[in-house]
Amino acid sequence: MAKIQRTKLSKERIRSAWIFLTPMFICLAVVAIYPLITTINYSFTDARLGDLYNYNYVGWFHYETLFFYDEWWWVSVKNTFIFSFFSVFFETIIGVTFALILNNNMPARGIVRAAILIPWAIPTIVNAKMFQWMFNQQFGVFNEILMDLSIISEPIAFLAYPDSSMAAAIIVDVWKTTPFITLLTLAALQMIPTDIYESTRIDGVSSWKVFWNITLPLIKPTLVIAIIFRTLDALRVFDLLYVLTTNSRETASMSVYARQWLVDFMEVGQGSAASTLLFAFLTIATILYLIITKTSFDRQGVY
Amino acid sequence: MSWKKISLVFLLLIILVYTCFPFYWAIVSALKKAGTGTFIVEYWPSEPVLKNFIYVLNRPAFGSTFFNSFLVSTLTVLFCLLIALTASYALGRIQFKGRTVLLLGILGTSMFPQVAILSGMFELVRSLGVYNTYQGLIMSYVVFSLPFTVWILTAFIRDLPIEIEEAAMVDGANSYVILFKVFLPLMWPAMVTTGILAFIGAWNEFLFALTLTISPEVTTLPVFMASFRGESEFEIPWPNIMAASVLVTIPVLIVVLIFQNRIVKGLTAGAVKG
Repeated sequence: MAKIQRTKLSKERIRSAWIFLTPMFICLAVVAIYPLITTINYSFTDARLGDLYNYNYVGWFHYETLFFYDEWWWVSVKNTFIFSFFSVFFETIIGVTFALILNNNMPARGIVRAAILIPWAIPTIVNAKMFQWMFNQQFGVFNEILMDLSIISEPIAFLAYPDSSMAAAIIVDVWKTTPFITLLTLAALQMIPTDIYESTRIDGVSSWKVFWNITLPLIKPTLVIAIIFRTLDALRVFDLLYVLTTNSRETASMSVYARQWLVDFMEVGQGSAASTLLFAFLTIATILYLIITKTSFDRQGVY
Repeated sequence: MSWKKISLVFLLLIILVYTCFPFYWAIVSALKKAGTGTFIVEYWPSEPVLKNFIYVLNRPAFGSTFFNSFLVSTLTVLFCLLIALTASYALGRIQFKGRTVLLLGILGTSMFPQVAILSGMFELVRSLGVYNTYQGLIMSYVVFSLPFTVWILTAFIRDLPIEIEEAAMVDGANSYVILFKVFLPLMWPAMVTTGILAFIGAWNEFLFALTLTISPEVTTLPVFMASFRGESEFEIPWPNIMAASVLVTIPVLIVVLIFQNRIVKGLTAGAVKG
């Protein structure tokens, strides 16, 4: 009797679950699935921005152009990977270091934890402008500091060359996203029971060894997730490069490249093909991510 | 004080300088009297003036884009919370086939590159006749806000104690009653936290605003910032631009400092467990 009632109840619950999900499905179908399919469709056409409804199908033409004829596409692919790799690498190291410092008990920790949120909260466009000013050749504070410290003898035009512009963009992104890594790592550190460390203290193990052999393995699951989150985010970078390096081709990411074709050159077909390739690439990356986290779901048994 | 304490305080100071200096520098530069031509690097403004702030505040486009950003972000968040409420309850509390796949799909959607749907979104917005309108902008913001909201809210709902629900179920309440009468009153803190995070995301959005709106009557602050030229055509008036930067950032900073504990909780709830 009780069992029958339970199945009846759970059937009712499952039915209502799907009803509860329906509004979200409808919204996502309209604002995400439909535009995605439209974009993929455009990537096989010669559509132009001025007239989005009259176009001819051109097959794989745009993809062939991207792969074999357009060196700028490969420049943007290279830029995207360089940007993502170095940005995530440095922000992880700095972010974890900050978290280890903040994990100590001390006065004023609350203030510093609040201050940590500042770079994260500032709009990327504002970050780009602030750093553009700091990197300024004539009046920039970075040049002033480097000159005062006699590291350089003449001001450098950081944003005038593709390589130093890319380095500057990486610095800005590292600055903005370090808080994310710090906060997640800090949350993981605070879940580690303190008695784990006690035996090492008695044995007089060096703190580097404690970090490497005890702390790091314990925060690794969180850190892996944070790194993957950040990598996927960095791979789609747009705002920062668009403003900091003023939409330049030399420092364009894949997102910037796609928008240049869509809007600046009004070639919706070519732009859509670039968008679709970025999407395909990120989908594969996301699926890999999901496979990794799914295994960690099972291991932890949280879900 | 022990050496360890002293070195820790020193390290804390380094973190403070790292996180605060760029914004501090923007404030110092915005308080400068001279234009770029005679700018002198000073770490403390010797003769602070407010004229750059007043200049920016007097731009009609600043006021209108500020209002637009606020309106668009607020409406996006309210809409997403409404839709996400029932969806997250289903995902967080009801066991059904395909739930994990669905959850992972939502996470995937929130990581989706915006540019991947840019031309399709442009076409959709044009077809519906909402190009360069609030409706069009809000519609495009739902793409990234909704999956994000559902994801964070689900993480919170899952953590609410199960006993509440069991008691209601024993009393024979159906899912609607449980959600709206039992859960809703408990969910306000989670909804506020999620709402703040989604608001900051919408407030800072740039690509859709840049592409789907064109006039200052509709577009948002980041677009205003990106195209802001200041008072001179011949040189880049950095003190003006820094004043605009500070003014754009202050509302977000106030929200962040007031709700810092919630924000940290929201950020970690979405990722540490997910």
